[in-house]
Amino acid sequence: MDTAALSAWVREFARLVRENRELLTDLDAAIGDGDHGLNMDRGLTAVTAALDAHPPDSPSALFKLAGMTLISKVGGASGPLYGTAFLRMAAAADTVVDAPGFAKVLRAGLDGVAARGKATPGDKTMLDALSPAVDALDDALTAGEPFAGALAAAVQAAEEGREATIPLVARKGRASYLGERSAGHADPGATSVTLLLTAAAATLTGP
Amino acid sequence: MKKLVNDPADVISDALLGFAAAHPEVRVDHEHRVVVRGDAPVRGKVGLVSGGGSGHEPLHAGFVGPGMLDAACAGEIFTSPVPDQMVAATRAVDGGAGVLHIVKNYTGDVMNFEMAAELAEAGTGVSVTAVVTDDDVAVQDSLYTAGRRGVGVTVLVEKLAGAAAEQGRPLAGVADVARKVNANGRSMGVALTSCTVPAAGKPTFDLPPGEMEVGIGIHGEPGRRRVPVAPASEIADMLVSPILADLDYTGSPVIAFVNGMGATPLIELYVMFHEVGHLLAKAGVPVARSLVGPYITSLDMAGCSVTLLRADEELLRLWDAPVRTPALRWGV
Repeated sequence: MDTAALSAWVREFARLVRENRELLTDLDAAIGDGDHGLNMDRGLTAVTAALDAHPPDSPSALFKLAGMTLISKVGGASGPLYGTAFLRMAAAADTVVDAPGFAKVLRAGLDGVAARGKATPGDKTMLDALSPAVDALDDALTAGEPFAGALAAAVQAAEEGREATIPLVARKGRASYLGERSAGHADPGATSVTLLLTAAAATLTGP
Repeated sequence: MKKLVNDPADVISDALLGFAAAHPEVRVDHEHRVVVRGDAPVRGKVGLVSGGGSGHEPLHAGFVGPGMLDAACAGEIFTSPVPDQMVAATRAVDGGAGVLHIVKNYTGDVMNFEMAAELAEAGTGVSVTAVVTDDDVAVQDSLYTAGRRGVGVTVLVEKLAGAAAEQGRPLAGVADVARKVNANGRSMGVALTSCTVPAAGKPTFDLPPGEMEVGIGIHGEPGRRRVPVAPASEIADMLVSPILADLDYTGSPVIAFVNGMGATPLIELYVMFHEVGHLLAKAGVPVARSLVGPYITSLDMAGCSVTLLRADEELLRLWDAPVRTPALRWGV
């Protein structure tokens, strides 16, 4: 996958977030402060504009531009978390990203989210979708699945992880202030990060 | 939604234009959305920077001026500002004695201020200390949450640490005052209605007419429990009792702060202050100073919060020190 293919992935993520802006905001209103869709849409719109204005010349430059833009534009908790994820992905990306390289990039992003947010799986955060998705991608590629099938497995794992946040009681972020009342709703961050995987499956066809 | 706005997307920029026009004694960096004290940086004085999501006005920009903050960063509504803003504010107020960041304990605010402190220190060598406020007793079990929220005590920290900085105390001393205020202050709030974020256009949560939310924060997040609306005397008890249960105030003079959440009229806040005073007298807690009004709000939410600060002689002297800001002004 070259810079153009990976740019298409980031743009598709922006499009999906725009399309699901109300859903993300409603999920956040239920257990947070009701701005996740608005903030992510604002940040990713800025990322798309930055890609138009300064087309990156490498996967690393692409992810760095996305990360810096998100940190500068999103605010809240999502800005540092998604921003750190993309900056770590930039550091892990080779000039041309093959299937195992993509898994490595995604895992670097996951590690960045965990380090910045100090959350662990089960806290009802974006990690609950991202972590099983990265594991599923690794497992499928190791088992010799073609890239498309491995991405499909990652999407499925993310969706299952997202659904599994519904009964959880939040232990991080603003949702944690609700205690038991945070149960019964999907986590907005787990929902938006599932869109990142969905966008990958829709745009990336492999090396 | 009925609001005095143009395009909801422009509400913060538009409000900052008005703020700048109304208060020529402060400087407004519209690009970064940072409000800076007019004479900043003050040579040899510790600079105080705070900031947070917008929608809590007058917090924080209304508290920029001599005796309080040197700069305030305005984020999107209820959303932490970004590190770029905090770095710009830190540079603008660095008078050579270091900069104190006053951060309300919310996941996003803490992460963005952490990144900003790293960037500012790496960029210019300015020495930054952060103090995080977390006074909200509604959040009970900090092992399983992001910890207590920073609410009403933040106003008192900004006033008292601001006075300490104005006296010329060094960064460590100003940070100590801020930590002492946070450690000795507790708050609890109640909402009678939700609030409406302009860009969302509808109330953040549903609250039936006969009910209220006890233990709310300041971002329109629902509270800990929902109960039928009650007389002010009972509501005061719901707010004061958990505070007194959390910290021993017996015999210690307090600064008592009854804060409006945005849509509650002052007359109701005074009714509440009377009830709070009554409860404190019964508990043997003397009120040494008071503050009543909407100072840390949640857009158009109706309701109030109570903050009680155990205050020794030092804190009372700092409280009485002159302050000259758009929203808090005395002794000048």
